[in-house]
Amino acid sequence: MSILVDRSTRVIVQGITGKEGSYHATACREYGTKVVGGVTPGKGGTTHEGFPVWNSVFDARDAESPDVSLIFVPPAFAADAILESVAAGIPLIVCITEGIPVQDMVRVRRVLDSHNDQGGKIRLIGPNCPGIITPDGAKIGIMPGYIHKRGRVGVVSRSGTLTYEAVWQLTQLGLGESTCVGIGGDPVRGLNFIDVLEMFEADAETEAVVMIGEIGGEDEERAAVFAQNRMTKPVVGFIAGLTAPPGRRMGHAGAIVSGGKGTARDKMAFLESHGVRVVDNPSLIGKTVADVLASGKSRRSLHPA
Amino acid sequence: MNIHEYQAKELFKEFGIPVPSGVLVESVDEARRVVAESPLFKGETKPAVWAVKAQIHAGGRGKAGGVKLARKPEEVPDLVGQILGKTLVTHQTGPEGKKVLKVWIEEGSNIVREFYLGVVIDRTTRRMTLIASTEGGMEIEEVAQSHPEKIFHYPVDPLEGYSPYIGRRISQFLGLPFTAQSQMVNIVRDLVDFFQKRDASMVEINPLVLTKEDRLVALDAKVGFDDNAVGRHPEIRSLRDLTEENELEIEASKYNLNYVKLDGNIACMVNGAGLAMATMDVIALAGGSPANFLDVGGGASKETVEQAFRIILGDPHVKGIFVNIFGGIVRCERIAGGIIAAAQDVKISVPLVVRLQGTNAKEGREMLKSSGLAIQVAEELFEGAEKIVLAVKGGK
Repeated sequence: MSILVDRSTRVIVQGITGKEGSYHATACREYGTKVVGGVTPGKGGTTHEGFPVWNSVFDARDAESPDVSLIFVPPAFAADAILESVAAGIPLIVCITEGIPVQDMVRVRRVLDSHNDQGGKIRLIGPNCPGIITPDGAKIGIMPGYIHKRGRVGVVSRSGTLTYEAVWQLTQLGLGESTCVGIGGDPVRGLNFIDVLEMFEADAETEAVVMIGEIGGEDEERAAVFAQNRMTKPVVGFIAGLTAPPGRRMGHAGAIVSGGKGTARDKMAFLESHGVRVVDNPSLIGKTVADVLASGKSRRSLHPA
Repeated sequence: MNIHEYQAKELFKEFGIPVPSGVLVESVDEARRVVAESPLFKGETKPAVWAVKAQIHAGGRGKAGGVKLARKPEEVPDLVGQILGKTLVTHQTGPEGKKVLKVWIEEGSNIVREFYLGVVIDRTTRRMTLIASTEGGMEIEEVAQSHPEKIFHYPVDPLEGYSPYIGRRISQFLGLPFTAQSQMVNIVRDLVDFFQKRDASMVEINPLVLTKEDRLVALDAKVGFDDNAVGRHPEIRSLRDLTEENELEIEASKYNLNYVKLDGNIACMVNGAGLAMATMDVIALAGGSPANFLDVGGGASKETVEQAFRIILGDPHVKGIFVNIFGGIVRCERIAGGIIAAAQDVKISVPLVVRLQGTNAKEGREMLKSSGLAIQVAEELFEGAEKIVLAVKGGK
């Protein structure tokens, strides 16, 4: 098993005729992902790199009933692209685009939440993320496929290359990954740490989880509380940004310490006090997971609060 | 992107939010001319007092001597002279401080009460959130610590938008007299309108004052905009003041490099923001001190790497460079080629450690080793950090 995506997952790519969309649609297909086509308004009916192209997500849905829409649309149009997929009822939306105005995402998230409050079940991963991969199943995003190996550890992260770093270590140590989810570096996004932890907890193949966070916000803290109360599987955490100065944005729009809140040190202390095994040296993420799994105490029972 | 108080007040005025009348000067001569000619200093209705305020992108100006009061018009040019050219050090400027190049002169107000009114995007509720407090003039973070009950939060539903009841709730919380309530309702309405239409990320009116004449006025104004959205607001983009920014950071932004200058002496160059932060942390963990944050993005071509080297070396404190690349889509031998070519073009006189991992990393490392350049090569992240720290401490 795995979470969210596997070998049977059918994917369309919004923005498939653009440079990024075209490159990664092809790379995903080469990895073995079932990419069934893409969407570019005005190019419907044509074929691009062997992929059928539709004018709208609605047309693509009617033709292929995709499970996932992978979005590579420029930031100014990305919110609209996500909303179109929500309107068309695509169950999982993965938005890679970096640089979407935050107020656009506030609106998108509100529409998505209200859709789901009324009984819908649409999930958004991202934006500003590498996507999701189930090794040997489906790669739906921009991560290098070959560094992954199917295995026992679930990975959830706000970062891109830092995730590859952790994945590489897990692969080298032979532990492998069940599924890796990049939830993205923006302050307002779709799935959060908690949502993904809940899925990993329920997944039979996942034995431990690596959670990679960074400065800004309180999502890691909420995830730690969730892990303590609701998870039997061990969580190993890393927080980037110990040396980041306050008030400065560190690349990601969401990576900022504001009003003295969201520092790496506070997050690490909070996680540690809630049973997350915190690693301060990112070179040791894989080794720490191996130690935790080898200790024989990898599963714990839940005590009623 | 941040702007000055005077720019924020001009925008407020445009949106109908009441602000004191004022005028900007950049020299003492200009201040003399303004005092002689501006209606701000003339007639029956002229104010009894004038505020002379340094314009820098940082809070805490008052305590640092950047805000002064004039009782007579003729005092104004002298006060301007005292502030202009001065370097103000506040809790937000860092120890090097910020030099004052512009001064805002405005009419004083007869203050009866001071409030705080702000707007942010709250990450938890994922909504634009109004913040009001009875403790105007104080740092809101301090109030949040000591008297959280004196702060009122109201998340605005983006689908519902603003409605006057929100302004009335804030008025009630602040205990405003009835005569000021309708003014507050309008101010909150206009503030929400401004925040949404101009893609602001943060607005602070601290203080918003109630005057003896029962008028609400924004006495200070601090506004930040969403960097991701500035592109669709040319009128906002034109308010950017480059003199407020670090020269190396401006240079980096021209090449789409994400660079933030720090205080240490070991520079780093990394692909990806999260890995760049982790690399800074690892330098510190190995006993060094990072000189910057630098994300070169996914591409890392020869040109990008070359510009990145030039920017890093523009910081005179840099005593060593640590390049950390995790090759994913971009193969490591291409990156190694870029580093070698750039290192030959840019004269690098400090130790250089390159850590390559990922796609074709072995080939990339071999290329670096056989390049004949003084490059130390590393496989693991911490190993690379230890090598650069040792090289810098060894003075090599």
